[in-house]
Amino acid sequence: MDFTFSEDQLLFQDSVRGFLVNEISPERLRAGWETDTGRDPALWQQFAELGLTGITVPEEHGGLGMDAVDFVLLAQECGYVALAEPLVNHALVAVPLLQDIGGELAARWLPLAATGEARIIAAVEQNLMVEDAHVADLLLLEREGQWFALEQGQFSCERSESIDPGRRLYTVTVPAGAAPIADGERASALRSASLNRGALGCAAQALGLAQRMIDLSVQYTAERKQFGKAIGSFQAVKHHMANVAVRLEYAKAPVHRAAYAVAEDAAGAALAVAQAKLMACEAANLAAKNSIQVHGAMGYTWEVDLHIFMKKAWALANTWGDAGWHKQQVAAVIFADGAALGAGATFQ
Amino acid sequence: MQLAFTEQQQAFRAEIRSWLQANVPAQTLQTFDTEEGFQQHREWEATLNQGRWGMVTWPEALGGRGCDLIEWLIFEEEYYRAKAPLRVNQNGIFLLGPTLMEYGTEEQKARFLPAMAEGRDVWAQGWSEPGAGSDMAAIRSTAQLQGDKYIINGQKTWSTRAVWADWLFGMFRTDPDSERHRGLTFILVPLNTPGITVRPIPQLDGLPGFAEIFFDNVEVDVSNRLGDDGAGWAVAMATAGFERGLMLRSPARFQETARRLVELYRANEASASHDPQIRDAVMRAYLDAESYCLSTYQTACRLSQGGKIGAESSTNKIFWSELDQNMHATAMSILGARAELLPHAPAAEGVGTWLDGWLFSQSGPIYAGTNEIQRNIIAERMLGMPR
Ligand SMILES: Cc1cc2nc3c(=O)[nH]c(=O)nc-3n(C[C@H](O)[C@H](O)[C@H](O)COP(=O)(O)OP(=O)(O)OC[C@H]3O[C@@H](n4cnc5c(N)ncnc54)[C@H](O)[C@@H]3O)c2cc1C
Repeated sequence: MDFTFSEDQLLFQDSVRGFLVNEISPERLRAGWETDTGRDPALWQQFAELGLTGITVPEEHGGLGMDAVDFVLLAQECGYVALAEPLVNHALVAVPLLQDIGGELAARWLPLAATGEARIIAAVEQNLMVEDAHVADLLLLEREGQWFALEQGQFSCERSESIDPGRRLYTVTVPAGAAPIADGERASALRSASLNRGALGCAAQALGLAQRMIDLSVQYTAERKQFGKAIGSFQAVKHHMANVAVRLEYAKAPVHRAAYAVAEDAAGAALAVAQAKLMACEAANLAAKNSIQVHGAMGYTWEVDLHIFMKKAWALANTWGDAGWHKQQVAAVIFADGAALGAGATFQ
Repeated sequence: MQLAFTEQQQAFRAEIRSWLQANVPAQTLQTFDTEEGFQQHREWEATLNQGRWGMVTWPEALGGRGCDLIEWLIFEEEYYRAKAPLRVNQNGIFLLGPTLMEYGTEEQKARFLPAMAEGRDVWAQGWSEPGAGSDMAAIRSTAQLQGDKYIINGQKTWSTRAVWADWLFGMFRTDPDSERHRGLTFILVPLNTPGITVRPIPQLDGLPGFAEIFFDNVEVDVSNRLGDDGAGWAVAMATAGFERGLMLRSPARFQETARRLVELYRANEASASHDPQIRDAVMRAYLDAESYCLSTYQTACRLSQGGKIGAESSTNKIFWSELDQNMHATAMSILGARAELLPHAPAAEGVGTWLDGWLFSQSGPIYAGTNEIQRNIIAERMLGMPR
C-alpha cells in the first residue's frame, strides 16, 4: 500500500505548474478569446518541447510512455490556469484511446501526437458538444454505438457558443458513408474507457480550479477593506473559504485513486471515477459559489478574473457525464445485492 | 503509487480477523455510560490487551505490536467490521498515550502506559472549565507548587467518562500571575485523591456520560507532571493534534455506519422513496465515508514516509463530524415516525441503534474543538487569511 506520488511525479508537477502559471496569465486567456480559433499553436509547440504532447504516447512511438497517475497532477495544474488548449483530452483521453484502437491508425498517429504535430481529440455519445473539434487533426468520435476516426476536413462542425469564452464547442456531423472503425461490444468498451478517462480529466481540473478560486479569494479578501479592516478578517468570510477547503481536501484522494484505477484498468474504475468526479466538481462548484460571494459585486463582473475559473468549473461539472450520470454509476454498485461496502472494502 | 495490500498486511488482517471472531463477546455489552457497562468494557480492554491488540501502534515493549499507520487502519477496519465494543479508554490510549510517548519521562511511560493498556487505569480528559470552553487558554483552575506537591483548586467540566474513570489528565494554571497560554501545566491526577468531587452530568440520552470535577486542595505529586512546569499548552496541543488528526476517529467507523445506512435504506425502500432526497443522501454518505477513508490512507502513507501533519488536519474533524451527523439524520428520515422510539419500546422494531447514534452525532461538531473554531484555524493557518 503506497498512496503517494513519487518524487519524480511531484517534481514534474512543480515544473509544469511553474511553466503554466508563468505562461498562461488571465490576460493571455482573454487575448485568446478574441482570436479565430481561440487556440495558440505557439503554446502547443511549447507543450511539445516539454514532452507534454507525448506524455502518454508509448516510448516506441516517440513519447514518454507515462500513465494516468503520472498525468493526473498535471491535469490539476491545467485546471489551475484554466488552460484552453486541448492538452487534457489529447493526452489523457485520445492518445490512450488510440492505443486501445491500435493497428495502422495508431501506428500512423501516435508519433505525430508525440511530437505535437497532431492534436487528437476524442468524444463519446455523452458529450453533446465536441470540444475543440475545429483544431482536431484527428477526431475520434463515438456516435450511436460506433466509433469514427475523422481527419480535419473530413467532417463538418458547427460552433455553439458557451458562456465560457475559453471553450470552443461544436456539433459534429459524421459524413454520410463514413466507415466506423469499431462497433458493437468493442465500441462500447472503448466508450466506457474513454468516459472514465474524460471524467477523470474533468475531476482533476476541477481540483485545480477550486484551488485557484480559493487563492484568488484569499488574496482579494486580504486587500479589500470595509469597516476599516480587511474583509478576510471577518469570520463569515473566513468560514465561506474554510468550507471550500474542507470539500477540496477530501476530493483529492478520490481523484488520485481514480487515476490509479484508470491506469491499472481496474474493474472498479467506473465507480472510482464517478466518485472522483462527483466529489471534485462539487468542491469546485462550492468554490465558485463562495468565491463570488466574498468578492461582492466585483465577482459579478466580466473584468475581474474570477469568472474565468468559475465558468470553467460550472461547465466541467456537466461534461463527460453530468452529476446524474455519475450518480447512476454509484447507485448501480452500492444498491446492488451483495455489494462490497463498509470497513475494509475500499481497496478490495 | 501502489494501492494494494502487501502479503504481510493481508496476513495481519487475517490474524486480527480470526482473533476477533474468537474473542468479541457474542452479547453486546451494556453502554459504558452505566456502571456495569463501564466494568464490562474495562474487562474487554484487558482481553484485548492479553491478545496484544490493545494499541497496535505502541512499541512491543509496552504491549503493542509496533505497527505502522496502515496496519493501524487495517486493525480498525477489522475491529469495526467485527462490531467489537467501543473503546472505553479511548482518551487514554489514543490521546494521552501518544502524548506520553512524546513528552513523558521513561519512568512515567513505564508507570502509566501498561496500566492504561490493560484497562486498569481508565483515563478522563480535563481541559474544559465553566469559563474555558472554546477559549481553552482561559483556564483558571490552579495548581500551586509546594515542595514536591502541586495543590490543585478549581473546577473542570464536561469530562467524558470521568464518573467511573481512574485518572484525569488536565491543564492547570501553575503561575498565578500568568495569562492565556503561558503558565499552564499538564498534570496527571488520580481521581480517588482526597479533595476531589466528581458530579455526574446526564447527557442527551439521560445517562451520565460526562462529569464535572471539583478540586479542593487536592495534593498531587510533582512526578505526575507531564512536560515542564508552564509548558502545558504545547503538550496539550500535541494531544489535540492526535485527537483531530488521525487517531480519534478512524474511517472504518463511518464506513460501517454508511454500510448500515445503505442496508436500512434498502430494507425501507418503499417508504423511503417518497422523499427523493433520501436516496441522494444515502449515496452521499457512501461517497463521503469512502473519501474520508481514501484521504486517511493517503495521509497515513505520507506520514510514514516522513511527512508531517499540518493545518489541513483541521479539515478532518469537520469532515467526519458533519458526515456522522448527516448519516444519522438520513437514518432518522428513513425511520420516520419510528425514529423517536427507544430501542426497547414495543413498537420499535427495526430501529436498531440509530437513535443513540443520532444523539451522539449532535456532539461531534462540539467536542474536540468546535467546528467553528476549526474553521477559524483552517482560514487562518491553512489558507493564511488575516486574523
Ligand atoms: C460529548 C462531549 C464530550 C466532551 N468531553 C470533554 C472531555 O472529556 N474533556 C473536556 O475537557 N471537555 C470535553 N468536552 C467539552 C468540549 O471540549 C467543549 O464543549 C468545547 O470545547 C466547546 O466549549 P463550550 O461547550 O464551552 O462552548 P462555547 O465555547 O461556549 O461555544 C458555544 C458556541 O459558540 C461558538 N464560538 C465560541 N467561540 C467562538 C469563536 N471564537 N469563533 C466562532 N465561534 C465561537 C462555538 O463554536 C459554539 O458554537 C466535551 C463536550 C461534549 C459535547
